[in-house]
Amino acid sequence: MTPQNQPKVSPGLWALAWRRLRGDKIAMGAMAVVIAFLVMLVLSFTGLIAKDWDAEVGVNYAPPTFIGKAGGGDQIGGVTEDLGPPPENPYDPLKDIIKELRAQSGPEAAAGADAPVDDYGIKDPLEKEMAEIRAELSKSGATAAAAKQETLPFGADKWGHDIIKKTIKGAETSIIVGLVAAFLATALGTLFGAVAGYYGKWVDDVFNWFYSVFTSVPYLLLILAVAAVLQQKGVMTIILILGLTGWTGTFRLIRAEYMKHKAREYVWAADAIGATNMRKMFVHIFPNVSHVALVQISILVVSFIKSEVILSFLGFGVPVGTVSWGSMLNEAQNELILGKWWQLTAASVAMAVLVTAFSMFTDALRDALDPKLK
Amino acid sequence: MENTPLLKVSDLRVSFKTDKTHYVEAVKGVSFEIPRNKTVALVGESGSGKSVSSLAVMGLLDPNTSKIDASSRLEFEGRNLLEMSIAQRRDLCGKEISMIFQEPMTSLNPVFTVGFQIAEVLRLHMGMSPKQARARAIELLDEVGIPNPKQKIDAYPSQMSGGQQQRVMIAMAIACEPKLLIADEPTTALDVTIQKQIIDLIAALQKKHHMSVLFITHDLALVGEIADEVIVMRNGEIREAGDIHQIFEAPRDAYTKALLRCRPSLDSRPMRLPVIDDFMKGGDEPAITHQERSRGLTGDEEIVLEVKNLGKSFYTREGLFGKKEFQAVKDVSFKLPRGKTLGVVGESGSGKTTVGLTLLRLHQATKGQAFFDGKDILSMSEKEFLNYKRRIQIIFQNPYASLNPRFTIGQILLEPMRIHNIGANDDERTAMAYQLLKRVGLPEAAFHRYPHEFSGGQRQRIAIARCLTLKPEVLVCDESVSALDVSVQAQVLNLLQELQEEYKMSYIFISHDLAVVKYIADQVMVMNHGEVVEMANSDELYRDPKHPYTRTLLGAIPRGLTH
Repeated sequence: MTPQNQPKVSPGLWALAWRRLRGDKIAMGAMAVVIAFLVMLVLSFTGLIAKDWDAEVGVNYAPPTFIGKAGGGDQIGGVTEDLGPPPENPYDPLKDIIKELRAQSGPEAAAGADAPVDDYGIKDPLEKEMAEIRAELSKSGATAAAAKQETLPFGADKWGHDIIKKTIKGAETSIIVGLVAAFLATALGTLFGAVAGYYGKWVDDVFNWFYSVFTSVPYLLLILAVAAVLQQKGVMTIILILGLTGWTGTFRLIRAEYMKHKAREYVWAADAIGATNMRKMFVHIFPNVSHVALVQISILVVSFIKSEVILSFLGFGVPVGTVSWGSMLNEAQNELILGKWWQLTAASVAMAVLVTAFSMFTDALRDALDPKLK
Repeated sequence: MENTPLLKVSDLRVSFKTDKTHYVEAVKGVSFEIPRNKTVALVGESGSGKSVSSLAVMGLLDPNTSKIDASSRLEFEGRNLLEMSIAQRRDLCGKEISMIFQEPMTSLNPVFTVGFQIAEVLRLHMGMSPKQARARAIELLDEVGIPNPKQKIDAYPSQMSGGQQQRVMIAMAIACEPKLLIADEPTTALDVTIQKQIIDLIAALQKKHHMSVLFITHDLALVGEIADEVIVMRNGEIREAGDIHQIFEAPRDAYTKALLRCRPSLDSRPMRLPVIDDFMKGGDEPAITHQERSRGLTGDEEIVLEVKNLGKSFYTREGLFGKKEFQAVKDVSFKLPRGKTLGVVGESGSGKTTVGLTLLRLHQATKGQAFFDGKDILSMSEKEFLNYKRRIQIIFQNPYASLNPRFTIGQILLEPMRIHNIGANDDERTAMAYQLLKRVGLPEAAFHRYPHEFSGGQRQRIAIARCLTLKPEVLVCDESVSALDVSVQAQVLNLLQELQEEYKMSYIFISHDLAVVKYIADQVMVMNHGEVVEMANSDELYRDPKHPYTRTLLGAIPRGLTH
C-alpha cells in the first residue's frame, strides 16, 4: 500500500510561512514578548502568581521603591510616627493648680508634675485588662497596621494593593477578553462572510443589510449602547459585547475572498466530482482563506484590548471586584490629581508593550502568509 | 549598407534570486546577432530564457531580483547598452528599440484613452505638441488598420477587442519609427484568425519602415510565415541558429527536430505523437511510428450521450428593472458515440466552453436536453444527478487553477473516491491512487506533494488522474492542452489516446487549435457565435470544408514555411 521509500513530506502553507517568519528578527522579538505575556497569563490564571492581588499589603498610596518614602504616605488610617506627648499649652488656666495637686498626690506623680495633662490624674481602672487585650491582639497579628509596608516595588493604590500584582492580574483579564472576543468576532465574521460570499443573491443582501446597520453606528457608541442594555456586568458580558459588534471587518474581507474563490476552477472541479455546497465552502475554499482569518484575529486582539480598556475606564466594563488595565486607569484618574502617578504608568506601559509587540507580530505574520510570494 | 549588425548580443548571462543567497541562472551565455532589415525569430518553450533575453535588451529586468553578468555585452549599433546610464537607455527605448508584449489588455493603461497613450510616446521622444501628437496618432491608428481612427482615438482599452488592443500596442511601438521592434509572443493570446492578421501587419510594417523585428514565440509553425532567421533556445542556451530554410528543411539539432515534429500536423495522424524524449535520446528517427491512426464515424456506433437543442443564455441587469440577454449557446445538437472523440472548434466567444460546462451542470442550461443512458440529465434533480456525476467528468483549461492549492495530491485523488464510496476503506483508495499516478506517468512520491511543486503538464496529468478515479464514460476536455508547451502537449495527447483505448471513454474535446483537434477527434463540430456552423468527420472537414467560416478558420492556420 505505502511506497517502499517514505517520501519527504513537502511543506504546506504553514510550514513555508513559519520558515519566512523565522528569518525576520523583529518578528521573532515581538513574538517572544507576546509569548512572555501569554505565559504570565497562564500563570496568573492558574493562581501561581498574583493570586493575592487584593491583599492590602501596603500603606495607602505607597510609593514605588525607587523613589522611597518621600513620595507618599497619607494620614488616613496609616501608621504615623509617635510624636510624643502634646506640647504644653501656655494658656491653660488650670496649669498651676494641676501642678500643686500632682505634687500633693505623691512622689511618682511629682516626677511627672511637669508632664502635660491628658488624663487629669484619674487612673484608668481597666488599665491592666487593656494591656492584656492589646498583647493578645498583637500576637495574632490582627493589627495589620504594624505589618503594612511603606514602599512596594512599583507602589500601591488607594487601598494598598501591590501595583505589580494588579498589573499582572489586569493583564490576565484584558488579554483573555481580547483573545476570546477576537476569536468570537472572527468566527462570526468568517461564517457570515462565507455564507454571504458563497451563496450570493438574496442571502448576500440580507447579510449586507446587517453589515450596514452595524457599521453605520460609530463603534464606541455602539459598544456603550449594548453595554448599557446588558445589565449584568462581568467579563463574559464584555466578551459578548465586543464579539457581537466586532465581526464586520472580517465579514467584509472573507466575503470578498469567497466571491473570488467561488469562480475559481478548483471549486468547479470539486463540483464536478460531486462535492456538496457545505464541503465546497468549508473543506475546499476555507483553507485558502484561513490566512486572512488568522491575521484578522491578530488585529482584533489588539483592537479589543484597547476597547476593553476604554469600556472599563468609562465604568461599563469589568465589575468592581475584578481588576483590569481599564479599571486601573479608572482609579488613576483620581490619583493623578494627588500626584500619584505609579498606577497609571504601570498600566499604560504594560499595555503599550503588549499592543506594540502584538501589532508588529501581526504585520510580520501577514507578510509571511502572503500567498503572492509563493 | 553597413555590415554591422543592428543588435549584437554576446555571452548574455542572466540570473535570478531565489532567496537571500541563491541565484538560479536563466540565460546561460547566449550570443546572437540581429541584422538590419530582417526578421529574426527566437523560438523556445517556457523556461527557455527567450523572454528574459528580450527583457534584458530593453532594460526591463528588476535589478533587485536579477543580475546580468559583467561579461555580457549588448551592442546596439556598436554601443554597449549595459554600460549606458539610465537616462541614455531611456532615450533609446521607445525611440530606436521598442517592444510589444503578450497580453495587450494588461499592457495598456486602463485609465487613459488609446490616443493619450500613443501621443505620450510621441511627446516624450519626438517633442511634439499635443495637437501634433494627436494628428500623428490618428495617422498611426489608420496605418495599423483600426477602422474609424478619429473616433477610436478617444476610446479606452477596455472598449476594444483583443486584436484591436494589440494593434494599438503596435502603433505605440512604431510611432517613433524604431530600428528594432521586439515582439514578445504578440499573438499567443489571440484567436487564430486575428493572429494571422497581426502577423501580416507586422510583416508589412517591417517592409515599409525598414525595421528589424525580433519575434519571440513558442510556435515554430508560426515562425515560418514571417521570419528570415531562426534561433532555437532551450533551458537558457541556444540549441541551433540559422537561416529559416535550413532550419525547416535540414535541422541539425535534435531538439529542433523534436519541436518541428511534435506538433500534430494537418497532413498525417500517427498512432502516437512523437515527444521530445524520442529525439533527445539519440539516434536519428528512433521508434517513431509512421503507422496512421484512422478516425471517423461509420454511423452505427453505440450512442452514449445525445444532446438536443441545447441553449444557454446569460442575463445581465440593465437599468433598474431591465434584463439583457446574451445567448452564449443558441441551438446545439449532437450525438456522441462510445469510445470516440467529438472535437468542438471555435474562436473565443463561440460558446464552445459553455457547451461543455452546461453538460456538467456547472451552468444551468436555458433550454435543451441531454440524454445519457436514456435519461435527460439536464432536467433531473441535484440528488439524482449525483449518481450521474461520476460518469461524466471534465478537465479544465488552466492547470494552475483547477487543483486546490491547499490540498496534497493524495487528498485531491482520494476525495472523489470518498464522496462516491469507491473502495472499501482508505487503504484501498490509496492503493488505487498510487496505481493511477503510475498510469499517468507521475512518481508515487507525488502523493504527498502540493500542486505548486509540479509543472503545467504534470498538473494536467493529475487532473486526468482525478477524473479517472471515478472511471467516467464521458470526459469533457475543455481546452485542456491549450496552456501547455508543444512537447508536453504531445505527451498529454498520447496519454489521452491510450486511456481512451483502455477505458473506452468518449471525449468531448473543446479547443481553438485546429491541428490538435484534427489529430484527436473523430467528428468535428465547428461553432461560431453560439451556433453549430458545420459538423463532419474530421478528415472530411479538413479536406473539404463547406461553410465559409470553416474555410476562413482553416485558412488562418499557420502552415510553416510559406515564403
